[in-house]
Parts: sequence; structure tokens; C-alpha cells
Amino acid sequence: MSTRPDARTEILRRVRAAMPTAPVPVPRDYASDDGPPGAEVVDLLVDRLEDYKATVRRCTAADLPATVGALLADVPSLVLPPGVPSSWSSSFAGSRAIDGDPAPLTVTALDAPGVAVVTGCAVAVAQTGTIILDAGPDQGRRLLTLVPDHHVCVVRVDQVVERLPAALRRLADPTRPLTMISGPSATSDIELNRVEGVHGPRRLEVVVVD
Amino acid sequence: MTGTGNIVTRLPFPTAARRELGDEQLRRNLRKATHTIRDKRLRVVGEVSDWEQLRVAGAAIKDDVQARLPSLLEQFEAAATAAGATVHWARDAEEACAVVADLVRATGTAEVVKVKSMATQEIGLNEALEAVGINAVETDLAELIVQLADDTPSHILVPAIHYNRTQIRDIFASRMADVDATTLTDDPPALAEAARRHLRSRFLSTKVGISGANFAIAATGTLAVVESEGNGRMCLTLPETLISVVGIEKLLPTFADLEVFLQLLPRSSTGERMNPYTSLWTGVTPGDGPQTVHIVLVDNGRTDTLADPVGRQALRCIRCSACLNVCPVYERVGGHAYGSVYPGPIGAILSPQMSGEGANRTLPYASTLCGACFDACPVRIDIPQVLVHLRQSGVDAARSRPSAERTAMRTMSYVMRDRRRYAAALRAARRGAAPLRLAAGGRGTLRRLPWPLSAWTSTRDAPLPPKQTFREWWAREHSS
Ligand code: SF4
Repeated sequence: MSTRPDARTEILRRVRAAMPTAPVPVPRDYASDDGPPGAEVVDLLVDRLEDYKATVRRCTAADLPATVGALLADVPSLVLPPGVPSSWSSSFAGSRAIDGDPAPLTVTALDAPGVAVVTGCAVAVAQTGTIILDAGPDQGRRLLTLVPDHHVCVVRVDQVVERLPAALRRLADPTRPLTMISGPSATSDIELNRVEGVHGPRRLEVVVVD
Repeated sequence: MTGTGNIVTRLPFPTAARRELGDEQLRRNLRKATHTIRDKRLRVVGEVSDWEQLRVAGAAIKDDVQARLPSLLEQFEAAATAAGATVHWARDAEEACAVVADLVRATGTAEVVKVKSMATQEIGLNEALEAVGINAVETDLAELIVQLADDTPSHILVPAIHYNRTQIRDIFASRMADVDATTLTDDPPALAEAARRHLRSRFLSTKVGISGANFAIAATGTLAVVESEGNGRMCLTLPETLISVVGIEKLLPTFADLEVFLQLLPRSSTGERMNPYTSLWTGVTPGDGPQTVHIVLVDNGRTDTLADPVGRQALRCIRCSACLNVCPVYERVGGHAYGSVYPGPIGAILSPQMSGEGANRTLPYASTLCGACFDACPVRIDIPQVLVHLRQSGVDAARSRPSAERTAMRTMSYVMRDRRRYAAALRAARRGAAPLRLAAGGRGTLRRLPWPLSAWTSTRDAPLPPKQTFREWWAREHSS
């Protein structure tokens, strides 16, 4: 619609007139290569997540349903993105709703008290305790991990990398909506100290599956 | 072109600073907050073995963007448009506000939710929307505090840094209709909970969200917002329409460049390894998030700044606020004395360059040239160098000033153009300072410094040089 060609033309003309120099070479000798993610990298991820007040559980693939079930023991209703394997929540006893099956879940439904969501992730960064969601089938639309107050996120050890550069390279398509999560919602606005629990999910529980 | 809006100082810095210095409580609050964040930043930066390499890469990427800005802007516009966004351009604050106001009015809504954004503060968007009957609700906790208190921000990252928890509690108790004033305490988690309840229904029902962007990726048309509380995610995800106001210097060439900036920014700003939430979106994603997406690219004085070969490095700024937090002048006077939405060392070089004229001419003097800001800056902006450069041009512009000042400027700029010369002069000053400490008595300032810095003290007092400079301290801490 109302692109204003006059402003556009004038700004581009002024940028061209001011244009500094030839392209600048960028030295990229910062660390970017991960070794094969060994056990210490997973330990580091756990340490960093806990430092930011996320709850972390580690388990084997066989124990995943029981581990998720235990985390959801006090939860009355569960929402799931369409691509989460049904086995993950097979020992959950309450009611469950799958987004898009048959219809997209409403904001009101997601905001109801006691709703939890279980998702997977795209990749996790050990050094910063960061989980990256890329709206893949086991993660779903962005509001699924935003409106409910309780997010259980399943991370496989083969999804863990040490540093951010390797993590960004693993993303299949950077133009999908991306959300990077490092601990539960928090603020530093009161005397510059981190306080957990503002608008995002206040309970972030991460299950690391060996 | 010359920038307008909330970057133009109304009072000369010395006058405004004197007013703020009278506020004891303000200085105690600032001291506590800036020292807290300094320690946190040093701790998390010290953890990163390749910090210097990341700084060098960050500065080079930003310089590369400036060198290729015309083609990168066109590339960004084409990619964002192909992804379903509509791109608008605005020469100054008024034009940007008019574009946004028209877009909001076209939706028929009278209320918008806002993510904290320096660009929208810069252009004075809230006031412009209010003038046409649109209520803009700030959703960042600190912005909400400032808005409820009818105040203006005093810090880039934490606009309410000048309030302590008890003052925040009192603002909430008296101004939030939905809070129980008799039971609200000044416990930070209780205050966060009050903000959550106050804003929840608005997030879930408001039709238009307004944001800025920390980064804009030219290759893909992607925008990024870095935040903590989740209010950003709410505003970027739930509304039907999203309008993002983005300065033209925010571009990065490729998605991979984020690997540098998403490491530099959180550690430099809140002193965290990573901020709780970062959102990236590219145009419209069917079924997920806003289905109408607008991007307003704003000049507002940036092309003027770009035209100055020394001053243009200010456009590398990623608004982390590390330079504010380490600045001895900022710590004492606070953000309001600078009279611009960009306070502290970065404001002292950015506001006068973007806005051109007026009382902003005094801002480059709002510094002791101690160099702590350069050492802290994640994109290596040599703020002291630009300050001296701007003082020099200010002096050239005002021929009526005493010639001793012009000489002082020239000498200082000679000393400061070269880092070794500057360090040597400071060391000499320190050696000279031991006997002078006695002479200075309780004043803590010196009337005369040894040459070459003596040219400086012929027109002003200088603080006693510290026993070791920040640069030396830093070099020692980081060599072990
Ligand atoms: S000038 Fe540097 S330190 Fe200051 S806010 Fe900008 S990026 Fe941060």
C-alpha cells in the first residue's frame, strides 16, 4: 500500500551520497566450531538452564513418558502441537487437546488456569542455556509456548550444541518464526536484578533425553 | 536529513545536570543499579574466551553494513515484501509518526500494545498517537512504570532505573486501577506479578502491536526483538496487525551475522549469558502470528551521521547501554540531564549528530573522556574520539569562544587520536598526581595537569587520575 516513493528515493539518495568506503572485510576468528557434542556439553546445558531457574530432568527414551507424566502430575489439562509423539504424554491422566485437530486452539482456551504445553525443540545451546524453537511440527505455533503458564520442553542430547554459531547453522529455515528461550520469563527492570515470572510461562521444565 | 523528535535537548547539559545533581535519592538509586550491572557484566564477559574477537567482528560487520547500506536496504525491502510484509520509509520523526498513525487508524482500533523500542521513543510515537485519539500501552515493566508515573525514560535498557523498588511499589499502588494498594509490597516478584495481571487481558485482546527491532536481516527480510519478560512475544504474536519501526542502521547482511550480535548484546546489556526471549519473524507466516505486517524504515538524522567519517561509528550502536552503566558522569547526573532518549556516552555523540543544532551542542562536553565507555562497548565505538571530534567542530562553529579552549581542543584531539599517546598522557598525569593529591585537598579535582593535558585544565578542572586506569585494570584482569 502507501509506500511513499518520495521518502524512499530521498533516503536512498542521501545514503548513497554519504556512503563511506569500499566493503569492509569481517574477521571471523571467534569460536564457532563445536567438537562432537560430548557428555560435558550436555552437563553444561543442564547447569546453565538450572542457573536461570528452569527445572531440568534427565532420562532415557524409555523413561520419557514416566518423566513427563511426573512433571504433569498436578496439571488438569494439556495442549500439544500436532507433531508431538503421543508416547511422550502417554502416562498423563488429564484432558488433552491437540492444536489444529480439529480446529486451532483459541487464546482463551490456552489462557485457562492449569493448562500446560509439551513440545520438542529445534536445537539447544549449552553455553547460554538456550532452547530454540522453529515452529516445527513438534513445537507448533508460537502462542502455544507463550500463553500457557507451564511449558515442558523435550530436548534430545543430539540436539545440543556448545555455542550459538553452531546452533544457528543447524536451523533448517531461518525464515520460519523463531523463538529463543533462556529460562522462564524474567525481568531486570527493578534495580537491575533478574526476577523470574512476568508474562511468559512461569514454569519452564526441560527434559533432556539420552 | 536532520533528525527530529525526542533527541533534541531543551536545556544545556550543565543546567540540566545541576538540577539533577540536587536529587540525593536519584543518585543513590543510580549508584546501586549501575554498580550491580557493572559487576554482572564483567563476570559474564570474563567467561567468554573469544570476547575480543567477537567485538572486532561486530564492529566490522556494522562498518560493512554502512559501506553497503543502499543495496542492503533495497535487498531488505525486497525480501520482506516477498515474505508478505509492507515496507514504508520515513525521513524524520513526524513522517514516521504519520505513517504509523495512518496504519493504526486504518485498522479502526483505538488502542495498541507496544514492545519497548528506542526508535518509537525517539520519534515520539506515543504522543503522536495520543494526539489522534489512539492509546499506546507500554508493556515493558520499566516503560510501564515510567508511563504510569507520567515520567520520561532515563536509561536505554531500564527506563525506570532512577526508581528503587519502594518508589515503584508506590507508583503501582496509586496508578494501577486493578491493584490492591493495601496488600502490595515492594518485593520485586510481587511487583512483577502486579504487572502481569495488569497487562494480561490487553495482550489477549488488542488488535495492533507496535515494536522496534534490534536487528533486521537484509538477505531474508527477518526482524529480531531481544527481550526478557515475554511482553515482546505477546505483542509480536497475538495481535492481528504488527507495525515495526526500524532505524536504517539496524541492518545486518545475513542471518549468520546474528551469531556475533546475539552473543555480544545480552552480556553487555543485562549482564546475562542470554536474555530470556528472542523472537525472529519474517513477514507473514500463515496461521501463526500477525497476518498483517508493516515495517517503517526511519532515517531521522542517520544519513547526516553517516556522512561524517569520524562520527559515523556511532551508528554501529546496538543500544546495549553498557557505556551508560560504566560512565562516571551518567552515574551522577542520570539520564534526564541529557535531554534526549539517548543518554550517557552514546547519547552525547548520537543526539547532537542526529539532531544537528541547538542545546545538544553542550552534550559532547558531558564527559571526562576517561575511556571506560570505549572499553565496555561491544562494537568498539571510540566514544572519546568522537566526543573530541564533535567538540572540535563545535568550537570551530562558535568562533566567539576563548581561544584557549580551541587550543585545548586541538591538543586533546591530538592526544586522543592515538591510543598510545592518550594512555601515556594519562599515565604521566597519574605520576604527577601523587603530590597533587595533597594540593587538591578534599576537592578531588585538579586545577592544573602536567603537559600535554595542561591545555585541558586551563579552562576547566580535571578529576584526579585514578591509581590505575580502567584500560590498565582491564588489561591486567584479562591477561591472567
Ligand atoms: S555505544 Fe556501545 S556500549 Fe554504548 S549503548 Fe551503543 S553499543 Fe552499547
